Amino acid sequence: MTKNLKRLDLIFKNEGDSEVILGKTLARSNEELISDLIASGLKGRGGAGFPTGLKWRLAADDKADEKFIICNADEGEPGTFKDREILTSVPHKVLTGMAVCARIINCRQGFIYLRQEYTYLIPHLNNAIEEFHQLMKKFKVDFEVKIFMGSGAYICGEETALFESMEGKRGEPRNKPPYPTNFGYKGKPTVINNVETLAHTYSIFKYGPEKFRDLGVKDSRGSKVFSVSGDTPIPGIYELEFGMTLQKFVDDFGDGDAKAVQVGGAAGFCVPRKKFEKTIIGYQGKLTGVSLPTGGSMMIFNSSRSMYNVLHNYLDFFVEESCGQCTPCRVGTQQLLMGIQAVKRGERPSTYLDKLLELTEVMRVTAKCGLGQSVANSFSSIVENFKEEMIY
Amino acid sequence: MSPIQEIIQKVSASHGTERIALLPILQAIYKNNHVLTEEDMIEVARELDISAAHVYGTATFYSFLETQKSGKYIIRLCKTITCMMHGKNIILQELERLLKIKPGQTTPDGIFTLTETNCLGQCHKGPAMLVNDTPHTDLTPENIREIIDKYRREALQ
Ligand code: FES
Repeated sequence: MTKNLKRLDLIFKNEGDSEVILGKTLARSNEELISDLIASGLKGRGGAGFPTGLKWRLAADDKADEKFIICNADEGEPGTFKDREILTSVPHKVLTGMAVCARIINCRQGFIYLRQEYTYLIPHLNNAIEEFHQLMKKFKVDFEVKIFMGSGAYICGEETALFESMEGKRGEPRNKPPYPTNFGYKGKPTVINNVETLAHTYSIFKYGPEKFRDLGVKDSRGSKVFSVSGDTPIPGIYELEFGMTLQKFVDDFGDGDAKAVQVGGAAGFCVPRKKFEKTIIGYQGKLTGVSLPTGGSMMIFNSSRSMYNVLHNYLDFFVEESCGQCTPCRVGTQQLLMGIQAVKRGERPSTYLDKLLELTEVMRVTAKCGLGQSVANSFSSIVENFKEEMIY
Repeated sequence: MSPIQEIIQKVSASHGTERIALLPILQAIYKNNHVLTEEDMIEVARELDISAAHVYGTATFYSFLETQKSGKYIIRLCKTITCMMHGKNIILQELERLLKIKPGQTTPDGIFTLTETNCLGQCHKGPAMLVNDTPHTDLTPENIREIIDKYRREALQ
């Protein structure tokens, strides 16, 4: 197997220097730190890609007396497991990022919202948090972090659903605006960042923004932790540079017979072999259509796989995980599932797939949150590229 | 103090006594009793001074909380895409054969409940399952037998 992608080791490298880095960083001014973050080009690593420095500044600008920083560890996207690994190997980087954010936005309480599937990590995390609280005392910072457990709901990875869940309610997303930086947990300004994003802030504070900016390509700076699974001889977690083509990725990670890669999990896009060369992994894809943002889930399918079964599995997932609050998503996901079953059984003509594609477009514009809106991504990219497999 | 009040008091120490403590309270009761009964929910509502309908609404939203009694060990087998690709159906068949129950059921001796769940974040080591809080990965029909045996022995001790 050819290895043409550079493997990086920024996130997982542990040099036991968190006290020094924290001390150095806290000695700098808030304005300097935010400028560094913005200069680094760091964008949210949960998938949505909002500039992190800007998010912190927005929350800092709000003058409310109570604010929160929440680390989103509700990693539920199928095929994603990198946050678990980051929390396992370098929790102190995540906590340091939270502490710096807390100082900048002026908040005293932080939370790690951990999915219940990761309950077994609690003792380990609590040790890290305890050590961290000692450091906070030492640096005379009034900041505390608590773990809040999810209870098995994919939708709670959506930030406003996560707040609702922390407030003791059903995890149903809110309307946006208002945005979390003004109206988040308990209606207070809240910074909510993905685990990986926070860990990256540590590298930026440690090495400076240039080193981070040098990695990746325009609009997609830095490295990214990818969760690689499916038909690959080397499944696992890899830190790679943004800007690679999918072809290069498949050359390194595929089993030689890859026919499609699902980028970004069930909510992401399925890219067929003929488009590997043209598809670049990074953020600007939303505009140009040739590159794809990703929360880091990369699932490889070889030619033995039925793409009908793959889509069926995703739809089963969405039907179950739709919170049920808005009709386009609740009913739409069910209709899509019944629709492809009917076409497969021959009860509906193949042209019915076009109707279903229209339905996903309606869901994209009318569903209340990212879950319902993004069903169109995988649905259309699978149905359009593997139409025969849907019918026969 | 009733057992539920005791649990609420324990959770309140770190999460307070307002509605924001609701999910941790329900989690703690479920962890303890492996069921959330109507009586429990009414009592929680009274203690937090909120409507029982709200407690019920929250309790029934989350897939890791159940209003039906589960066994001592809850087996949650991942049925999402990569685990499916790597043979989760064979594992499910083996579990059904070993436990003589279907997903959603509990063994008559009350030791095991079998359910299927969505991605556990262990996809690179699928098929994967949770037994209560403990993940088990790289499952095969052979090692699943040992795992079940181990839990059964533990339960009978
Ligand atoms: S697909 Fe089974 S653990 Fe992710």
